[in-house]
Amino acid sequence: MATKNKLVQWTPTEVKEELLKKYPPKVARKRAQSILINEALENTTPEIQANVRTIPGIITMRGCTYAGCKGVIMGPTRDIVNIVHGPIGCSFYAWLTRRNQTDPGPDGENYMPYAFSTDMQDSDIIFGGEKKLRAAIQEAYDLFHPKGICVFATCPVGLIGDDIHAVSREMKAKFGDCNVFAFSCEGYKGVSQSAGHHIANNQVFRHLVGTEDKEREGEYKINLLGEYNIGGDGFEIDRVLQKCGITNIATFSGNSSYNQFATAHKADLSCVMCHRSINYVADMLETKYGIPWIKVNFIGAHATAKTLRKIGQYFGDKTLIDRIEAVIAEEMPAVDAAIADIRPRTEGKTAMLFVGGSRAHHYMELFGELGMKTVSTGYEFGHRDDYEGRQVIPGLKVDADSRNIEELEVEADPNNYHARKSEDEKQALTASGLEFKKYDGLIADMEKGTLIIDDLNQYEAEKLVEIIKPDLFCAGIKEKYSIQKLGIPMKQLHSYDYGGPYAGFKGAVNFYKEIDRLVNSKVWSYMKAPWQENPELSATYVWE
Amino acid sequence: MLLRHTPKEVTKRSALVINPAKTCQPIGAMYAALGIHGCLPHSHGSQGCCAYHRSALTKHYKEPISAATSSFTEGASVFGGQSNLLQAIENIFTVYEPEIIAVHTTCLSETIGDDIKQIRDKAEKQGLIPKGKHVIYANTPSYVGSHVTGFSNMVKGMTELSVSTGKKNGKVNVIPGWVEPSDMEEIKRLAALMNVPITLFPDTSGVLNGPLSGEYHMFPEGGVTVKELTEAGDAIGTLALGEWCSADAARNLDTKCKVPCKVLDIPFGLKATDRFIDALRTIAGTNVPDEITRERGQLVDMLSDTHQYYYKKKVAIYGDPDQVISMVEFLVSIDMCPMHIVTGTSGAKFEKRIKELTAHLPYEVNVKAWGDMFLLHQWIKNEPVDLLIGNTYGKYIARDEDIPFLRWGFPILDRVGHQYFPTVGYKGGLRLLEKILGLLLDRKDRDDPETVFELTL
Repeated sequence: MATKNKLVQWTPTEVKEELLKKYPPKVARKRAQSILINEALENTTPEIQANVRTIPGIITMRGCTYAGCKGVIMGPTRDIVNIVHGPIGCSFYAWLTRRNQTDPGPDGENYMPYAFSTDMQDSDIIFGGEKKLRAAIQEAYDLFHPKGICVFATCPVGLIGDDIHAVSREMKAKFGDCNVFAFSCEGYKGVSQSAGHHIANNQVFRHLVGTEDKEREGEYKINLLGEYNIGGDGFEIDRVLQKCGITNIATFSGNSSYNQFATAHKADLSCVMCHRSINYVADMLETKYGIPWIKVNFIGAHATAKTLRKIGQYFGDKTLIDRIEAVIAEEMPAVDAAIADIRPRTEGKTAMLFVGGSRAHHYMELFGELGMKTVSTGYEFGHRDDYEGRQVIPGLKVDADSRNIEELEVEADPNNYHARKSEDEKQALTASGLEFKKYDGLIADMEKGTLIIDDLNQYEAEKLVEIIKPDLFCAGIKEKYSIQKLGIPMKQLHSYDYGGPYAGFKGAVNFYKEIDRLVNSKVWSYMKAPWQENPELSATYVWE
Repeated sequence: MLLRHTPKEVTKRSALVINPAKTCQPIGAMYAALGIHGCLPHSHGSQGCCAYHRSALTKHYKEPISAATSSFTEGASVFGGQSNLLQAIENIFTVYEPEIIAVHTTCLSETIGDDIKQIRDKAEKQGLIPKGKHVIYANTPSYVGSHVTGFSNMVKGMTELSVSTGKKNGKVNVIPGWVEPSDMEEIKRLAALMNVPITLFPDTSGVLNGPLSGEYHMFPEGGVTVKELTEAGDAIGTLALGEWCSADAARNLDTKCKVPCKVLDIPFGLKATDRFIDALRTIAGTNVPDEITRERGQLVDMLSDTHQYYYKKKVAIYGDPDQVISMVEFLVSIDMCPMHIVTGTSGAKFEKRIKELTAHLPYEVNVKAWGDMFLLHQWIKNEPVDLLIGNTYGKYIARDEDIPFLRWGFPILDRVGHQYFPTVGYKGGLRLLEKILGLLLDRKDRDDPETVFELTL
């Protein structure tokens, strides 16, 4: 497919029609509901179809429940031994492939560079793998004596009926000093990574959060939920928080440790970065322990400042608020200088963002700071609330494909519940602009006439790029090289192309520089050889 | 230390694999299928496998890897994936228009027992496979063997397309095994120099090392065509490079189409290349041109020029059986000392072959099939080495133990070059040697005291 056709102005409706034209009728009908032309309405958001099953053969970007559970949520915890119960692949592919950086200190436990697997064989499929799992847990315990061992189910485990929870309970009781628990995150559950997030949230909350009662020291205690320290994002956020005097009790789960999870109930506020992956824990922390949550965003310098001010507003303490303002004042000059340098080269350029379940929204802030327009976005596995805002949640129907994902019911903890803010205090804060349990979703920030596409596939990605010719396309590794073959710079917003951090103030500057490099690289001018640009010789060239 | 929890003392493990030296079948099948022209690999399972396999191959090649999936849901996992695969076949031919779909399976569809042949036949009856287009398949259960097994199964699946007309066409089938596109190109170059018409399958050259031109073609120029695969049944013989990767396909052609076959090692290093060239010459009845003899001489020349630097140097190596066998032979042939040798793939034959190749060495060689990199690391802690050879995952051991590290094998996620420069043949031998020397001499330059720091080495 070539990008060399002349620029024609397409209306959003024409683009959508073009995307659907080639599909068999049933597929076209289904995809039509997942492709939304934003109307930018005042009070309502248009409805999009999301979190539904993937169309077979369509070349989706999506992964599975195991990836969402082990790969995303539990993988980044350094001092838990994560044993994958299954054939070798699942363990191998989640081995160091997400860039969750970690700082265990010189002597700390760190199992991140290891992949642990029961490496199931055909005999385990036939006779069951529980015996092998039990032996594997024992071997891991004998070798490492970790605080915790987690077990992850893969596709065949559910089918053959291995009871991984019973084995875990048994081993936990046997060891006494090692918490063993399991995740039924078989790859076929749900329709995407999303189900795995939910399963991970439930089990971490059930088996780990609140298990240690030691009071944590520090002022202004928060949890940072849904921040995975990709490329050091969490390190930068922690640096800023520390500077402000804010104590981060637990990050779920970048650079995290067992004890952080165990004491997460000691925080006074939960700050939710990635809404999709961790909103379940945020809700449960509130119900069980009385910790309210707010949506935050550390992607973008101004977003970071806004987030810090929100935290200051929540605690309402003048010392903290002043310190936050001082930190912002100290950090912003470097950011402003970078923008002043770079923005003239990025102003007016266009970007498309198709990333997992949150970044497609968060990164719009950064592009805004560079004067770039986001012309099309979408998630792989966001739900309607991530697109349209949490107000749609009561009306969401759970379809047949996701019905078997457990909804964990929690209630107030008789000993440890205490409401951090009274209803009156919360109302007063809400009135002054700090909104609890609120997320407006991606659509609210998109302009009228832009295209929002859920579960974008290979065909649609190519077509979009061909028709709209953005200056930059953001997605993941599977999309990267086909987009670049079309001559469009492509930025990975999962792995950051091995750069980062992009969060916080320093991260924003890193990102500006990276985008400048991408959209202004000379590389894209070399695609045609001189003889291709001017192929026809009009006369014979004579050597002198 | 990155791998700070790896103890020196080796304890027996019967159930827990740590840091595997293998991955699972389907990725091998996907890689092999990409070596057919106009082919879209299809993963019949839940979509996570397909995403992982595409990602791993993409990171290795820095190239787009297209593959589709049946995207099983829980319902399909219980009641069977037939309707998913039928829908997928219809959607793929309508939207992406490949010439051929190569279906492989996963532990999911294998455990539930989906009958791919029956579903394929049904698709045909329902008219979902356009005229002149094809669907082939291979069963690739992840809980048997490794990625190498999956590769082999898909290559064997390709030979199901082959037909014998009873009339030989004078061509030689060469099954290169799991090597890089650059290696496949090199094998074709050598055959062309020898004037031997070959059918190379799979052939990922031109597919996974493509140019940047402002155009994207899901199905690039390269790859063995369906027509060539069909005609492979009329070849005068088959050379299968690698017992694990290629022998099953070759034997299937022998059984099915009476094409005689010979199983050789993958031509890494001097001796394996010698045997390959010699076999090709014999089977095709041609002479080896001076140019190839000259290339060989250049490799021998470089060996003699630099022998002092690698003589008796200790090496640890891990990877896939066919590749490691040839490499160990190469190392032994240049008087290096392979000490610790691991493959994640199972097979008593591997250990036997390595023992034969290292039988005359004056020390005990540690060798294990179905071993892992945790064990390899423990061995290294007990008996340090001068060079580590293997895929990217070895960088953690190399850094912790401060060992020069040659990236070779699959996957290489943190360097480029493997897609462009071969390591097979005499030319490939020169490149391997250049890389090994570079590593050893960089280390010498780093470590030598200033007083003995040398300009010329």
